[in-house]
Amino acid sequence: MDSYNFHWNVVWDAFPQLLSGAFTTLHVSVLSMLVGIVAAVFLALGKMSNSKILSFLSSVWIELSRNTPALFLIYMAYFGLGAYGIHLSPYLSVFAALVFVNGGYLAETFRGGFQSIPPTQYNAARSLGMNRIQAYRHIILPQMFRRIYHPMTNQFIWSILMSSLGILVGMNDLSGETQRLQSSSFRTLEFFIVAAAMYYVIAKLVLFAAHLVSKRVFKGELS
Amino acid sequence: MNLFTPISWNDAGFILTGVLNTVYISVVAIFFGTILGLILGFARAECNKIVNMCLGGVLDILKSVPLIIQLILFSTFIGAMGYPLDPFVAGSIILSLYTMAFMVEVFRSGFDNVPHATKKAARSLGMSYWQTVRHISIPIGMRSVLPSWIGVGLSVIKDSALVSVIGYMELLRTAEQLISRSQQAVMILVGVGLFYFLISYPLSLYGKYIERKMTR
Repeated sequence: MDSYNFHWNVVWDAFPQLLSGAFTTLHVSVLSMLVGIVAAVFLALGKMSNSKILSFLSSVWIELSRNTPALFLIYMAYFGLGAYGIHLSPYLSVFAALVFVNGGYLAETFRGGFQSIPPTQYNAARSLGMNRIQAYRHIILPQMFRRIYHPMTNQFIWSILMSSLGILVGMNDLSGETQRLQSSSFRTLEFFIVAAAMYYVIAKLVLFAAHLVSKRVFKGELS
Repeated sequence: MNLFTPISWNDAGFILTGVLNTVYISVVAIFFGTILGLILGFARAECNKIVNMCLGGVLDILKSVPLIIQLILFSTFIGAMGYPLDPFVAGSIILSLYTMAFMVEVFRSGFDNVPHATKKAARSLGMSYWQTVRHISIPIGMRSVLPSWIGVGLSVIKDSALVSVIGYMELLRTAEQLISRSQQAVMILVGVGLFYFLISYPLSLYGKYIERKMTR
């Protein structure tokens, strides 16, 4: 077995760049999550609507995003749109692909959460004198939010991990920065070990934050 | 001078290699991931807290580090240690372990679904521990896991696209090379997307169908 000499100084010197990469990773995943949630609300409403065209279009988006690899969608945004003269930057193409996927997955989550609330609850609320908006605001949506909170956290973690595919289109996120730094220093192993540890820490921090938020918002009554 | 050659029927064989390689590595990863996941899922359902904590910690790392980083890390690591492996072997090892991490939870919930009283009844009928596992826990527990097993399998087929980073010639990589040669990005990519979709969509419909049949 060859002995491999680890040189951690190089990594330590490049740590600020890695941190800025980590910031880009968080940035793109938070943004794609927020836009994805908005898209998912419309997709879920579209899929449940009576209009056949709306329902079909939402299904196309949802099924395409669920049944093709994320890397394929990133290539589609990066190379595919480029062929039509729309040249997205690496950041934007990863962002667009993540929004597409998050929208599709979350739409199904939202729809499932909405359909898991029995319609009798709505009727009961109305018969107690609430109007439609009050019934949704105080009865349906709080229960629904409790049920979709956990899947939404998972989707967020997934976005963080999948934004690492930016490495393949030259984005300057954590993995892309790592790739750039290792190619100029040849300390591949060290840099990728640190990057893996950073992804792990980011994922755990996000989970911890989600736990704190859920404790405060739901006061321990998570579904 | 024309730098790019348009794609032609001669490239069909090249794309087909990519298709077969994608299917090949997915099947290998699902196979080993299922076996390892079954064993570890059983361990997680049956063993004490300490074993569970250690196992959970390791599986958590596999799930919280991006697959692409794991692949690069592993292939660099074995290279630096002086045992360079074929991209297919290295990719299968990591993809199997990654699959395993998700399969463990699937099988564990299956084993947890077997009512305790049923196992006790089997034991009191004179079955040994392993007979109970073999004739009671596995047949009853595995019945409920099929939809989630299909779900994990589908995500493995999609994630197998990432093995291209360590140089395995799977579908997306062959497509990328064809694109850089012919510059016909849209046509090639649409074909590739269609392939993934045609594999994945029927399976996901089947998974949903079984799930609905079970809840009824």
